[in-house]
Amino acid sequence: MTVPVLSVRNLEVEFLTRRSTLRAINGVSFDIAKGEVLGVVGESGAGKSVTGLAVIGLIDPPGRIASGEIYLSGTRIDHLPPEEIRRIRGKRIGMIFQDPLTSLNPLYRIGDQIVETIRTHMNLSETAARKRAIDLLAEVGIPAPEKRIDAYPHEFSGGMRQRVVIALAICAEPELIIADEPTTALDVSVQAQIISLIKRLGRDHGTAVMLVTHDMGVIAETSDRVAVMYSGRIAEIGPVQDVVQNPLHPYAKGLMGAIPTLAGEDKRLVQIPGSMPRLSAIPPGCSFNPRCAFAFDRCRVDRPEPLKHGSHAVACHLFDTAPGEAAKETAA
Amino acid sequence: MLAFTLRRAIQAIGVMIAVGVIAFSMFRFAGDPVNQIVSLDTPAAEREAVRKSLGLDDPVPVQFARYFGNAVQFKFGVSYQFRQPVSNLLMERMPATLELAACATVLAMVFGILMGVYSALRRDTILTKFFQAVSLIGISLPTFLIGILLIYLFSVTLGWLPSFGRGDVVRIGWWTTGLLTLSGLKALIMPSITLGLFQMTLIMRLVRAEMLEVLRTDYIRFARARGLTTRAIHFGHALKNTLVPVITVAGLQFGSVIAFAIITETVFQWPGMGLLFVQAVQNVDIPIMAAYLLMVSLIFVTINLVVDILYTIVDPRLRSTISRPA
Amino acid sequence: MSDAVVPHRLEPNAQASRSGTGWLKRALDSDIFYSFRRSRMTMVAAAVTILFFLLAIFASQLSVQNPFDPAQLQLMNSRISPLWTAEGQSPFLLGTDEQGRDVFSAILYGLRISLVVGVLGVVLAGTLGITLGLIAGYFGGTIDGLILRIADVQLTFPAILIALLVNGVAKSVFGNRLDAMSTLAVLVVAIGLSFWVQYARTVRGSVMVEKNKDYVAAAQLIGLPAPKIIFRHVLPNTMGPILVIATINLALAIITEATLSFLGAGMPDTMPSLGTLIRIGNNYLFAGEWWIVAFPGIALAGLILSINLLGDWLRDALNPKLR
Repeated sequence: MTVPVLSVRNLEVEFLTRRSTLRAINGVSFDIAKGEVLGVVGESGAGKSVTGLAVIGLIDPPGRIASGEIYLSGTRIDHLPPEEIRRIRGKRIGMIFQDPLTSLNPLYRIGDQIVETIRTHMNLSETAARKRAIDLLAEVGIPAPEKRIDAYPHEFSGGMRQRVVIALAICAEPELIIADEPTTALDVSVQAQIISLIKRLGRDHGTAVMLVTHDMGVIAETSDRVAVMYSGRIAEIGPVQDVVQNPLHPYAKGLMGAIPTLAGEDKRLVQIPGSMPRLSAIPPGCSFNPRCAFAFDRCRVDRPEPLKHGSHAVACHLFDTAPGEAAKETAA
Repeated sequence: MLAFTLRRAIQAIGVMIAVGVIAFSMFRFAGDPVNQIVSLDTPAAEREAVRKSLGLDDPVPVQFARYFGNAVQFKFGVSYQFRQPVSNLLMERMPATLELAACATVLAMVFGILMGVYSALRRDTILTKFFQAVSLIGISLPTFLIGILLIYLFSVTLGWLPSFGRGDVVRIGWWTTGLLTLSGLKALIMPSITLGLFQMTLIMRLVRAEMLEVLRTDYIRFARARGLTTRAIHFGHALKNTLVPVITVAGLQFGSVIAFAIITETVFQWPGMGLLFVQAVQNVDIPIMAAYLLMVSLIFVTINLVVDILYTIVDPRLRSTISRPA
Repeated sequence: MSDAVVPHRLEPNAQASRSGTGWLKRALDSDIFYSFRRSRMTMVAAAVTILFFLLAIFASQLSVQNPFDPAQLQLMNSRISPLWTAEGQSPFLLGTDEQGRDVFSAILYGLRISLVVGVLGVVLAGTLGITLGLIAGYFGGTIDGLILRIADVQLTFPAILIALLVNGVAKSVFGNRLDAMSTLAVLVVAIGLSFWVQYARTVRGSVMVEKNKDYVAAAQLIGLPAPKIIFRHVLPNTMGPILVIATINLALAIITEATLSFLGAGMPDTMPSLGTLIRIGNNYLFAGEWWIVAFPGIALAGLILSINLLGDWLRDALNPKLR
């Protein structure tokens, strides 16, 4: 087996407040292979975005990576000094944020911002970098790039701006792209275009993509595998078809049941009762137990670890065939 | 762009007319102008003659129109104390005030921006704590106390700098400048610091707050995610975005620097418009007060207008959406 | 993450004041109190501010003479240096000025005047500003536009200039020889007229925001009169920012009064405030009689510094974003 592009092992991220330490990410492990798209879904506050920020080394105080390891193509990157992780950001990992309207500096021409990024990471002359910038803009589908390169961000529409942001993320040929809710702030009609663009770029360049979203539809369309997150942990992870059609974890079941389908019009959409616990009040045992219809005594005491179950890995005692046996394994 | 400039200009004229009404009311109703011209034992008939000759019998709107018409031509009447045309007095003293205000503003901008940027980027160093202490003192010590303190230190105790006046000045046309002689420059040091300290504090606090705000924005986060160097992020992206509002405020502050010069000029007996105004207030010399108000307002309004237009040039977002006043 | 933090409670509100001790517990547990306890500087500033107020209140008990009463001043006691210097004389702790006035007593009485003018000025500015803000925000339209315009114009002029003008006009209207108490009233008016804008803008903003909220519509539907809604629900919400403005304004008002007096447009020599004392003392600085100006100066600077420190802390504590 080849080395995965991204490998996260038992990641824990904490935020220190004056009252207590809040654990936003609690023992998350996953891999993304070359050319693979991993969708990460969950409600807001489940820790999706924080995971992305942790990978790229942008967790700011009072937050910190408390424990765990992050490997990029086999090299550990979570404990690098700031200057070295800075060199990795933008060059080996590209990031796309949610809101294209605020991601670009309004006072600089987009060309200047792209050229600046290219020249930070690649040894190119001003002219060569500018030429590359025009090519990139063409690749992400900006019409008349040689003219638009000198425009300011406010002269673009939201969708076009997100294309510029994507061009910025891929300008140094990264191995991994982290896209944090890349379509949430966009019009529905534009969403599909951006999604297919990210997908195409991933395929063309063999880039691994970590796609963070709360939109199951987007995941189903783009991802190869999906990780369902719930209050700082991965509840279930597996190939997208299997998880969508045959979710195992009660939370994932609920999540899939909440997607309207064109076929099953007679079915009522399922609703999960209650809401995700606050970070300051995570219940003992399985954090989903107060909302779970199948919860039994063990769920209120014991925290379930993700265990392999067919093509999935699921963190639920219902699927723990050998209780007590710490056969901790994660989906590769 | 033109429409925007025009609208701003019309607004500015509106403000000037409003100030004109206030100045006229002061001139006309606060105290009887006749009393200020004639002596106490002047007979009533003579008073009446003076009243007529001043046009004080005309209807108030006519008087206002006349006052305003004169003011537009920089005719503000005659000073009660000096028995001289107010405009002469003001013109004579304006260079001193403008030179002082300009020096103070430059001082305040340079040090305010440097200290603000430093304290935003290095939030917990000793130097930042020191700057913050300086800023607190700058805000808390009244200007006149700072002036007195400086005089005591550098004039009384050390004897290095003159405690009052402008030093030797050179006359260039109607303008007099102290910038070309050594004694003029020496005389300028303490008043500039005194006047600039408060503005410097303001600019430093503003730059710091603005910079911290900018550093929290998405585009800075995205710039970090793109792996730009800290240097490029701080001094390329953050600083430029910080300075746009700072320049506006600093520009607008120039007007209040001129007004604050009243205090500094009094402490250092600086022969500027401010000192003239304070003497006018003490001696109830209404024509000078009204004229000073008009002059300072004119300077304020002009600066406001220029800053507004400059702002649209600096910020590309405004340049193309000029139709919407920001 | 922030939702884990207990919301700020500056004042007892309906929810918290159900029981007295519950409210106290809440107050002691609040973020405000926490940040207060954590900042030693703020605690010192609060103590110094209280001390200054106490000194002003008990000025007549603490002083050795009434510095406003010419009968109690003796010229033979003039220009005595402070007690610890070679020429110091009891009971003049901080020395005397050229009229034989005890500097310490003069500071206590001057402090009283500075604080009275400052507090009354802030109260006037606050009342004026809040009222105009409520009117502008509630009625909107022409009256709102008018108030905003005036505020805009006035905001471009520094307070000290407005105060000087008000002062000059008052002198001109009432004659140059105003008695001390009338001067004090003029100062209060001058300061009140110079500082109302910020209150008005803040209150207007909140009223505008709240006015369109559903609960106001709901309250109107059940027949509550709108002004009552504004007073009961909207105004309390603006109290935090108003308190911050008022604190910082108190420092500014005291500076303005001192500056006016220093410029000779404020309190007269016969009833000096701190600013007047500094103006008088400044004339003796060159003669080496530094104490006449130094101690009033230190008192003024200390007072303003403490109030500013309190104001800064309050602003940061109420606005966690800036921390």
